[in-house]
Amino acid sequence: MATVAHDEDAYVAPAEVEEVDLYHPKSWITKYVFSQDAKVIAIQYATTAGAIGLVALVLSWLMRLQLGFPEVFTFIEAEDYYQFITMHGMIMVIYLLTALFLGGFGNYLIPLMVGARDMVFPYVNMVSYWVYLLAVLVLVSSWFVPGGPTGAGWTLYPPQAILSGTPGSNGGIILMLVSLALFIVGFTMGGLNYVVTVLQARTRGMSLMRMPLTVWGIFVATILALLAFPALFVGAIMMSLDKILETSFFMPAIVEMGEYLSYGGGSPVLFQHLFWFFGHPEVYIVALPAFGIVSDLLSVHARRHIFGYRLMVWAIVVIGGLSFIVWAHHMYVSGMHPYFGFFFATTTLIIAIPTALKVYNWTLTLWRANIQFTLPMLFSLAFIVTFVNGGITGLFLGNVVVDVPLSDTMFVVAHFHMVMGVAPLLVVFGAIYHWYPLITGKMLNEAMGQFHFWVTFLGAYMIFLPIHYLGFLGVPRRYYEMGDTTFIPDSAATLNAFVTVMALIVGFAQLVFLFNMVWSAYRGKKSDRNPWKACSLEWQTEEYPPAHGNFGKTLPSVYRWPYDYGVPGADDDFIPQNQPPERPVTDSGPEAASTQAAE
Amino acid sequence: MIAAIALILVAVGTVVFHFMSPWWWTPIASNWGYIDDTIILTFWVTGVVFIAVILFMAYCCIRFRYRKDARSEYEPENSKLEWWLTILTTIGVVAMLTPGLFVWHQFVTVPPGAAEFEALGQQWSWSYRFPGKDGILGTTDPRNVNDDNPYGINPKDPNGQDDILVDGDELHLPLGQPVKALLRSLDVLHDFYVPQFRAKMDIIPGMITYFWLTPTRTGTFDILCFELCGTGHYAMRGTVVVEEKSAFEAWLKEQPTFAQSLAAAKTKAKKADVKLVLNKGSAQISGTIQAISNR
Repeated sequence: MATVAHDEDAYVAPAEVEEVDLYHPKSWITKYVFSQDAKVIAIQYATTAGAIGLVALVLSWLMRLQLGFPEVFTFIEAEDYYQFITMHGMIMVIYLLTALFLGGFGNYLIPLMVGARDMVFPYVNMVSYWVYLLAVLVLVSSWFVPGGPTGAGWTLYPPQAILSGTPGSNGGIILMLVSLALFIVGFTMGGLNYVVTVLQARTRGMSLMRMPLTVWGIFVATILALLAFPALFVGAIMMSLDKILETSFFMPAIVEMGEYLSYGGGSPVLFQHLFWFFGHPEVYIVALPAFGIVSDLLSVHARRHIFGYRLMVWAIVVIGGLSFIVWAHHMYVSGMHPYFGFFFATTTLIIAIPTALKVYNWTLTLWRANIQFTLPMLFSLAFIVTFVNGGITGLFLGNVVVDVPLSDTMFVVAHFHMVMGVAPLLVVFGAIYHWYPLITGKMLNEAMGQFHFWVTFLGAYMIFLPIHYLGFLGVPRRYYEMGDTTFIPDSAATLNAFVTVMALIVGFAQLVFLFNMVWSAYRGKKSDRNPWKACSLEWQTEEYPPAHGNFGKTLPSVYRWPYDYGVPGADDDFIPQNQPPERPVTDSGPEAASTQAAE
Repeated sequence: MIAAIALILVAVGTVVFHFMSPWWWTPIASNWGYIDDTIILTFWVTGVVFIAVILFMAYCCIRFRYRKDARSEYEPENSKLEWWLTILTTIGVVAMLTPGLFVWHQFVTVPPGAAEFEALGQQWSWSYRFPGKDGILGTTDPRNVNDDNPYGINPKDPNGQDDILVDGDELHLPLGQPVKALLRSLDVLHDFYVPQFRAKMDIIPGMITYFWLTPTRTGTFDILCFELCGTGHYAMRGTVVVEEKSAFEAWLKEQPTFAQSLAAAKTKAKKADVKLVLNKGSAQISGTIQAISNR
């Protein structure tokens, strides 16, 4: 019998190298502002991401007001609308979701979950956050330059992104490109930290196949990001040169408004390839951490081990690998060589197989479980619903010929909001309800949480499900208004108004959630140690909430996988990862131990 | 329990919404019914999986809800089950992908004998060009664009002289005739799409893209730009009229050739000093542009 992840292994090698002293903060400033503690950096990342995310939320309201009630809100003009959609998209994808999952959850959870005292390069980690903050500030500054932020759509396709027919084509686009480049620089510093920490700083006994899936998800996502972001970086630099120095990387000969411009010889499609070579892995940079986190939430709150751990790990790795050879499914109707369609449709549909297996294993984790309907569990169930919904519409869009009528319609908007907007955000919420006690020592208010959950889940579903059908009808995305269009019935306007009202309501629920986070930090019920009775290491720290250096004098040793829930014969329904086997295992080794455990 | 009920409601509600929805395909007007068929097939395969997954979860939520004295079952892996699920999923994926690739092969293979026309996109209007008697469109270059030659047709190319120019208004297409749309842009990305035709393709400055279709129903349909092309994107509209071949040919005869329009422009040249773009397009489009330039 092969050794599987959940086997107990009594032998844990003693530490070979002595621990290096951490940097100890000497003042309030080095403790809370220029902090080198990954946990503080995580909170800084999360707060900044949340703040800029609020801007994106307001932008979504504004664009929904225009779509739901065209010609009512006259202060929203076409330029404004295109700036709203561009900034909303870019903020949500890059500055909120990527930063929150990797910079926020990654920083907080990786060291704690693998049993490390901190990230391996704490100073670089600190710099990473400050460069990220600078990137956000540069992005925000584009509202204050003449012409405002870019309105080129979050995909920033040239030539229009840098020509005068697009809002923000002077200062706005340059600041956007500079901000992206800064973000990538900052991310690279953090990302190297996450990868090296996972590879080098795991505590004794924490083999790779004993890591919680949260760490696996964040780890693989970080590798994807380190490989994918350079393509965007190059694209951003080249487009800046096209704009500032009038080079022609992406610019062919162009007649703009009757005037012949000085460009010539470049290829707009080249930018699309660079953008999506980054852009598709980016989907999984957001999705894989969500996959990992939701696996842990489901397991803890269903009081059952994750089903098929090894398959789950391999699925994450395979999805990560495949995500690099599917990018041109965003470009089926871009005018690239049509034969690419055969290849990219095939790879795209293949990626559905490991993804589907993950879904099956999540649901099979619930089978014969002992499910507690806590808020993290509710959000996890909602994640599965929205992710499956958004995933299957991906099978429409990935199947090249089906994409032909659907591309650039509202169907695409509904698809990606469901699969990489709503679904990962539901995981973010579930994760916050789950780990908030660990971070603050307080529980989040349950009543506000229930309100937040039901309004967000059902509201978001009611927003995005019908939008798919507008896409079938042929309603294009990125239209400031539909005007007179013969094939669109009046009922579509009613639907748009409904969606707008729902969007405002769901947005309000997020404000309640924000209030809850602040209120509970002061007035919340005090949390017991390990309130969810979880197995993984972050809950087993000596001090609760964990202090600087995470663990006490000695680092924990790990004897088992993080999913020992409901182990037959055990006293409790969970066994923490660092709990040694009850009896010393003799020479018969791990196999004997596993047979005993299985009995 | 509430969670289980909510899950069941979501599953049932989604199915009910699907069948009750007043928003669905526009009636098709081209040969691309295969695309609709592939979508229906995809709907069935994925729809069954979606409902099955949610109902399974709902069942688990009811059957295995928390009881204080209960323990979950400890069965970390079940490779037999995992293999079965992999195989079934693979079959489902193959069932959707295979017809999809066959239809894509048709989509990218233009039948011999397809008539050609050109759609020219620029911020934010459409114009069209048909080959003249020689059946060949003249070559173009953005450097040739001027007020007299808005299409940028190479004046020295004899093939271009008899090209028929359709400026602004409507495009007409003959019923039942396979046509290859050649797509050209002078400035930024655009996309030529008629929802009833189901077929679209981006238009890229610096190259010529294409797709083909056979109109199968007479009528007047909207043309929309389907790739963000700047502030006026939403107003970049046109109409296409599909009509019997005789009516189409009569309409085509009324349109000027390149040679004729050059000659006409020369006589008019001194009077008009209005910018090319403002001359073109519908009142709606020029209205938009004015609104923009007024700001």
